[in-house]
Amino acid sequence: MQALIKRWIISGLLLITQVANATPESRFNMPRGVTPISNAIYDLHMAIFWICVAIGVIVFSVMIYSLINHRKSLGVKPATFHESVKVEILWAIVPFFILVVMAIPATRVLIHMEDTKQADVTIKVTGYQWKWQYEYLDEGISFYSSLATPIEEIHNKAKKNEHYLLDVDHEMVVPVGKKVRLLVTANDVIHSWWVPQLGIKRDAIPGFIHESWMRISKAGVYRGQCAELCGINHGYMPIVVRAVSEKDYEAWVKKERDDITAAEALATKTFSAKELMEKGKSVYENVCAVCHQINGLGILPVYPAIKGSSVSVGKPHSRHIDIILHGRNAMPAFGAQLNDFEIAAVVTYERNAFDNNTGDVIQPSEVKARRNVKPNVNQKTAKKKPINHHHHHHAS
Amino acid sequence: MSEHAIDSHHGAPQSKGIVSFLARWLFTTNHKDIGTLYLWLSFIMFFVGGAMALVIRLELFQPGLQFVDPNYYNMMVTMHGLVMVFGVVMPAFVGFANWQVPLMIGAPDMALPRLNNWSFWILPFAISLLSSTMFMQGGGPNFGWTMYAPLSTKYAPPSTDFMIFSIHLLGLSSIMGAINIIATILNLRAPGMTLMKMPMFVWTWLITAFLLLAVIPVFAGAITMMLFDRNFGTSFFNAAGGGDPVLYQHIFWFFGHPEVYILILPAFGVISQVIPTFARKRLFGYHFMVYATASIAFLSFIVWAHHMFTTGLVLSASLFFMYMTMLIAVPTGVKVFNWVSTMFRGAMTFETPMLFAIAFVFLFTIGGFSGLMLAIVPADYQYQDTYFVVAHFHYVLVSGAIYALMSGVYYWFPKWSGRWYNETLGKWHFWLTVISTNITFFPMHFMGLAGMPRRIPDYALQFTDFNMIATVGAFIFGFAQLIMLYNIVASLRKPKTVDDQVWEGARGLEWTVSSPPPYHSFTKPPVANFDDMI
Repeated sequence: MQALIKRWIISGLLLITQVANATPESRFNMPRGVTPISNAIYDLHMAIFWICVAIGVIVFSVMIYSLINHRKSLGVKPATFHESVKVEILWAIVPFFILVVMAIPATRVLIHMEDTKQADVTIKVTGYQWKWQYEYLDEGISFYSSLATPIEEIHNKAKKNEHYLLDVDHEMVVPVGKKVRLLVTANDVIHSWWVPQLGIKRDAIPGFIHESWMRISKAGVYRGQCAELCGINHGYMPIVVRAVSEKDYEAWVKKERDDITAAEALATKTFSAKELMEKGKSVYENVCAVCHQINGLGILPVYPAIKGSSVSVGKPHSRHIDIILHGRNAMPAFGAQLNDFEIAAVVTYERNAFDNNTGDVIQPSEVKARRNVKPNVNQKTAKKKPINHHHHHHAS
Repeated sequence: MSEHAIDSHHGAPQSKGIVSFLARWLFTTNHKDIGTLYLWLSFIMFFVGGAMALVIRLELFQPGLQFVDPNYYNMMVTMHGLVMVFGVVMPAFVGFANWQVPLMIGAPDMALPRLNNWSFWILPFAISLLSSTMFMQGGGPNFGWTMYAPLSTKYAPPSTDFMIFSIHLLGLSSIMGAINIIATILNLRAPGMTLMKMPMFVWTWLITAFLLLAVIPVFAGAITMMLFDRNFGTSFFNAAGGGDPVLYQHIFWFFGHPEVYILILPAFGVISQVIPTFARKRLFGYHFMVYATASIAFLSFIVWAHHMFTTGLVLSASLFFMYMTMLIAVPTGVKVFNWVSTMFRGAMTFETPMLFAIAFVFLFTIGGFSGLMLAIVPADYQYQDTYFVVAHFHYVLVSGAIYALMSGVYYWFPKWSGRWYNETLGKWHFWLTVISTNITFFPMHFMGLAGMPRRIPDYALQFTDFNMIATVGAFIFGFAQLIMLYNIVASLRKPKTVDDQVWEGARGLEWTVSSPPPYHSFTKPPVANFDDMI
């Protein structure tokens, strides 16, 4: 009986603390967040805000009083005073001291934020155009994290889900209560890793690594976005951090390791054309369509069409594989982000969809073989005649 | 030469016919004509840049992509910024300087009238070149007006090189204009007008001109380094070659921060002319206004990295720049208190110029508060690159610089043209503008705090309501400006009925000459008690 009562009391207290700490997603203000840094930032922000409000109220009250009472239409005669050294010094010194009062806590918080020592987990965060890569340096796992919002929602063909533009296909998982050190860099242009509830924003600068740290106090899912203009899909590379118990974190790390092994095994498997087309369509729409468009027509002249292109219908199809593995011109390399099965699938899809109809079926083993061979991305080949007649293109 | 010959009043050297019209405006060396050219150019570009803003706001009306693709959107964002900064605000204030500085100091013209002509005529060429990049293959610049490398170097469209050329030309125009203004102010003041007896507008332009001379060459350096990284294999901003992308940011913002003070100091000067006139009371604390303006200009050189707090600066740098940035609040506050003290116990009337000036004091101050919040480094980690920053700079640039320009136009238009503008239309323009400005930009504070980044064409659902409101406000603002266009064009067709004094409380040399002023302004140095005029 006593044990039961104890349990009820503890649950009740937990419930109250949950409710007390729950900051609903505010549409007006910064979140207080779930790390000591985000809390300190919020408190600083509110303090400065209220000081500004106070000063504003004083100044604007004087102005409004004057606007009402010092009008020519009321018959007042204008005064003639136009200088006062005493007053000028006073209203320079007093604001100066207010600034000092603001600067002291700001300095303290900034110094505290710099201390990245004694981290429990270290994650290297790399910004790419237009996705994030997370490498857990001590655990030996790494993966890419891309926008998971379906492209139909972006183009207004499907209803937008609750986490529109803030969903990824592979979340960054961290343990609650542990000090997590982030090493932030970029692969191409400057990006910025920002999750408001964690109070962290670090620019991802190509060629340089900058540190930050967090200690998340509450389990949950925290969403953020890239915060530095990085090209066409700057608005489409979100961040999702899931904070879980230490036990769940360890289990997740193990699962990640297993998944990597499983993906490597897929390289030897043989798939049917139907399986490849289905997977390929999904990869195409989530990864390729942002530039090459769902209809395969691209955006000329920057993003080539897949439909009817010499790469997609010409021989040898190894060139097609190489371009995806290694990139070409403005197109980045996807060899690290996509595994052999995914690449085999998307190449199969691209060579058969959009009326390309080459009949080609590519297996993962072929992709795996191309990874270690000198790539051929530029040599043009003759266009292979498609089996069906082309319909006229719509204007792109 | 007889006095009669010196004082002979004649109009502009223009006879009938289109050739004579073009010749007058192409070859003019007259500060008033050149001022008019700058002002019309900037007014046209205001609508061009404004249309780009409406494209942005249209796309942001709802989540999802409706109207433009993300690359076009980024191009609109970039061009809107470049056009407004380099095609609207800067030429407009130079136009004011051209019109007003010689008149206010009692000079016949600028010190270097032919240089003046070139300073202007570079602009239409440079702006056309910049605009043409939007139609080149690969599209126009799409990396934000701040042009961070390597997005603007390795990953930028081919037209970027033409953009760089155009910016060099714009910078050249500014440098030549700055030289002219300094030479004019230092050499051509009427006898007895010491520096501390010059009108505040002249002071703010003197200081602004020095800022321009100091930082435009730095900007030219930054964009030249960009050009070299793009075309000649250098690695200034490329880590793989031994360089650093953040170096670009340091060089750009060393220019960029003084640049925003270049955009606002002349505005301060206009407000310091308008408020005393309509309060019928001398500007409070003239000396301290001069010292405050100089302090702001000095401090503007040592705060640049507050645009870079998230780039990984060392702790000591972050602290230094935080303290210096906060410090700018002191002289800026002094100026606001002095304007309020000018109004206090005056006898105010509320014609259109005064309405814009009062709105300036209220709303620029709000922009200043958000600026102070942004200065706090840890808090800035949440504000940087969000709509909170967009709100801040639009409050200081729209309800700051643009309102001052409008106030100045309504204030001096009767003097420049000899005609009255329509006061009722002016008030309609004012109220629609000030209400729509706040509808557009106030919600952006909330959007930024709630987590919406900048420069995105599409956003998460929780930002929808405020985005819709902001878009509605933007469209009202855009159409309200047509009222001012109509007012000016229609008023120019009225007969010239304005006297010399124009405004009851106006003091200064420009109010001692006819409306419009004689073609050569002051052919004899004026004699007056300049102390009474400031």
